[in-house]
Amino acid sequence: MVATMTQQTTATPEHIEYVLRLADNALILGQRLSEWCGHAPVIEEDLALANISLDLVGQARLLLTHAGNLEGKGRDEDQMAFLRVERDYRNVTMMEVPNEDFGRTTLRNFFSSAFQVLLWEKLVKSSDSELAAIAAKSLKEARYHLNHSSEWVIRLGDGTEVSHAKTQAALDYLWPYTAELFAANPTDEAIAASGVGPAWSSLEAAWEGVVLPVLGEATLVVPARTPFKSYGKFGRHSEHMGHLLATMQYMQRTYPGAQW
Amino acid sequence: MERKEWPLWEIFIRSRNGLDHKHCGSVHAPDARMALQVARDVYTRRMEGVSIWAVRASDIVASDPDAKAELFDPAEDKIYRHPTFYQLPEEVNHM
Repeated sequence: MVATMTQQTTATPEHIEYVLRLADNALILGQRLSEWCGHAPVIEEDLALANISLDLVGQARLLLTHAGNLEGKGRDEDQMAFLRVERDYRNVTMMEVPNEDFGRTTLRNFFSSAFQVLLWEKLVKSSDSELAAIAAKSLKEARYHLNHSSEWVIRLGDGTEVSHAKTQAALDYLWPYTAELFAANPTDEAIAASGVGPAWSSLEAAWEGVVLPVLGEATLVVPARTPFKSYGKFGRHSEHMGHLLATMQYMQRTYPGAQW
Repeated sequence: MERKEWPLWEIFIRSRNGLDHKHCGSVHAPDARMALQVARDVYTRRMEGVSIWAVRASDIVASDPDAKAELFDPAEDKIYRHPTFYQLPEEVNHM
């Protein structure tokens, strides 16, 4: 604890904010995916979803620890994960919406991992060496998540009548939330200028280049963009976030400082 | 009613370069590519392997368990088929 308290930090608020967005995207999606444990359609997929969930929680641990160090207030990964209030979480809203069914869960994993692969590829060259190291580890995991989810999206979309209908409904539901990933904002501009990482908006064309061909192969129809906006990465979350946090934070709030 | 179940795939994992693939179990998957995916998740979570083979279980031709006696028992008393049966000259005995 003393070492952490005395650690010198030169991180800007934008830098901390940027790392928190990465951390919370991984943490909240990891939490959502963990809900499938014991409930997936088949045992093979149960293991796959739990694996992906644990990969994401592992990334979140590294990122939250790093954010805590950058912040320099002595908060460790557990305090960052479990003891913040809703408005302090910086994940995009898409990560917190309910799983609903296997179609929506799979499609969200697809959107999210396609984005993360592009982002980690850039962050491998970050001027923040700790972040670059986390990116190198996470990139391999994200590539597998993308591989796995895109295979599934194709089979669900181009599958039976029921699987197609459910996946199309998932696409109609999730598509508006994907806009938030690429919405320009001052934090991203400052970060892009500093060399820490790319502005997320700069990844939109590449993301569509990955996502649209797979959706096409899956015979899914991409909805038109609408004026709908979500603001999770600014801390303004949907009504689902409080319930998710209640479940996730319960243990640490009931038994403060508990370790296992 | 027709039962729509995914086919069964037998999974073989090679643990290290240079070793052979060993049968480790089976998975259900809709097709070959997904069989590799789920095999990766089910059987290589603890660094067990560097290569996976998946074979449709229905494509494996197996010997009949009831024919065990005629297939395998006759080998029992053919000790001369083992290299250890032969006395080698002292000079090459530890080859």
